[in-house]
Amino acid sequence: MNLISIEHIAKIYDVGSEEVHALRDVSLTIEKNEYVAIMGPSGSGKSTLMNILGCLDTPSKGSYIFNGISVGDMDDNDLAKIRNKEIGFVFQTFNLLPRSDALHNVELPLIYAGMNSYERKERAREALAKVGLSDRVTHKPNELSGGQRQRVAIARALVTSPSIILADEPTGNLDTKTGEDIMALFSELHSTGNTIILVTHEEYIAEHAARIIRIRDGMIERDEYVEKRIIPSSNNHSLQ
Amino acid sequence: MGNFLFELKEGLLISLRAIRANKIRSILTTLGIVIGIAAVVLMSTAVTGIDQSFQKGVSSLGSDNLYIDKWAWFNNDIPWWQMRNRRNLNMEEYERFKDLVKLPVAVAPSIWTNQTIKKGETSIEFMMVTGTTNEYLRTTNLNFNQGRFFNEIESKGARSVVVLGSEINKQLFPFGSAVGEEIELKGNKFKVVGVLEEQGSFVMGSFNPDNQVFVPIDAVFKFFQNESFRSITINVRAPNSQLVEDVKQEAIGAMRQVRGLKYYEADDFSINQQEGLLSEINKTIGVIQIAGFVITGLSLFVGAIGIMNIMFVSVKERTKEIGIRKAIGAKRRTILSQFLAESAIICLIGGVMGFFVAFLGTRIIEQYDFPVSLQYDAVVLAFVVSLLTGLISGFAPAYSAAKMDPVEALRYE
Repeated sequence: MNLISIEHIAKIYDVGSEEVHALRDVSLTIEKNEYVAIMGPSGSGKSTLMNILGCLDTPSKGSYIFNGISVGDMDDNDLAKIRNKEIGFVFQTFNLLPRSDALHNVELPLIYAGMNSYERKERAREALAKVGLSDRVTHKPNELSGGQRQRVAIARALVTSPSIILADEPTGNLDTKTGEDIMALFSELHSTGNTIILVTHEEYIAEHAARIIRIRDGMIERDEYVEKRIIPSSNNHSLQ
Repeated sequence: MGNFLFELKEGLLISLRAIRANKIRSILTTLGIVIGIAAVVLMSTAVTGIDQSFQKGVSSLGSDNLYIDKWAWFNNDIPWWQMRNRRNLNMEEYERFKDLVKLPVAVAPSIWTNQTIKKGETSIEFMMVTGTTNEYLRTTNLNFNQGRFFNEIESKGARSVVVLGSEINKQLFPFGSAVGEEIELKGNKFKVVGVLEEQGSFVMGSFNPDNQVFVPIDAVFKFFQNESFRSITINVRAPNSQLVEDVKQEAIGAMRQVRGLKYYEADDFSINQQEGLLSEINKTIGVIQIAGFVITGLSLFVGAIGIMNIMFVSVKERTKEIGIRKAIGAKRRTILSQFLAESAIICLIGGVMGFFVAFLGTRIIEQYDFPVSLQYDAVVLAFVVSLLTGLISGFAPAYSAAKMDPVEALRYE
């Protein structure tokens, strides 16, 4: 069964007198343990697509079946639950809580999931260990480098064992070397069974994925498998 | 329910973090609540204190007492000009009245006059001098610090003897014992025979026994004014409060007989009671209470607006944080309770501090002999009021945070 199945979805924004069609007619399916990159220039609608895929937003038209559940007509609370349990977000600007340490940032989704303090601290530590930050547990974001911050964000995305990891330009704010390290981490997460959806506008980053979906003017332009995937050399923070 | 408690606990922890992270702002915001709560608590202690002081003052009059007077003290049914035209009560009528009544424990005449009292270089002007007989003591609950009340011989003989109220004693004899000393009243020497124990009732003013001196009533007529000049008051003491009504009926009958009134003639005197005073006092205290709570309520209101304002700022400033929290699964209810908890905690901290300020305030005010009474219910008052303030003023900002769109919130810089 498909993990994600969207059919003929459209997203229309009312901007004053005009309607803006961010997405016109998009259909696609994504299976478990796929590694998909969504590409497109700015204004193409890829962010809107990502927001819908991530249950942050609902489509104006069309259907979205996530893991067998219809998401299109869910209310705010149910969407929050899906985001909490099924989706792990990684953002370009990391989006960590600046005044909380790494551990608290990572355990936050578990707080919202209603897990008790002991168990969630344990799991947050495990997630931080997975991304190679066992020794940075009590550091606050401003005491960490950009790459380390993104690792904390990835640990936060991983901690609930979500069905998909949604990464929006995860290397956009990082230098090339650090970006490669992060991409290596994603490749490793993929190889251990995670489903990853990557949104980017960089060809080179997209080629880490197994499949690239190109969006233009709110429509899918091309949807193809990558012939020569970039398999990054494993870095020193490898998964245990 | 368990889930709700869990979210409440986590909400509290999250908001404590936020408060700690914005120390200066939280302190300044709290200050408004501190002042508001301190004002409300101080007001309530002052009102309680004034009330207790009034009650104490009234009970020093004695709840079993009746006062036969030309004037009705609190009754407004009889026009004042009618009362003005009544005959003055005089000593002869008092003597006849006293022989007629059987029920009272004691009956004593009294008259008041304002005089200047002098001891050496110290003098007090417009001090209340009560002229009465030795019987007077038995119509009151007064106790003695030093000496005694004047006796029957001194009373009948219009001797120049005086009993001092405690406050007067303090001023005239700050260092030594007063008994046996001489003071001057309107240029006449009086010998001090006793000093009353402090009554400590703030509100009775110059009627407070602390601020009076007592001399034989005939001495008043002899030294200060002509007997026919003013009306006396007859103090009547009932054996107990159950018998007050009987004593009153007997007194009315006796007075009508003394005055020789026909059955169709109305009473040309008034019987005054503590109850009249009490209801009058309760009315006054009610007004003080309402005025006080309106004024202090306003200061609390200003504090609450401060909280609401700062919570709106805090929500706006943390838009991105709210977006992040929502993206990783915070529900509306969770965000709502987080911000509500934050404003409630700020207000509760303000409430605790405000209560402490009020506590110190009452200690200071006590030094100036103003009656205050800090009761346990003031703790509850401070707690409940500050919690409610936090919840009410925090609701609108918290609600605006809860209903934010996560996509837009995440985009906010």
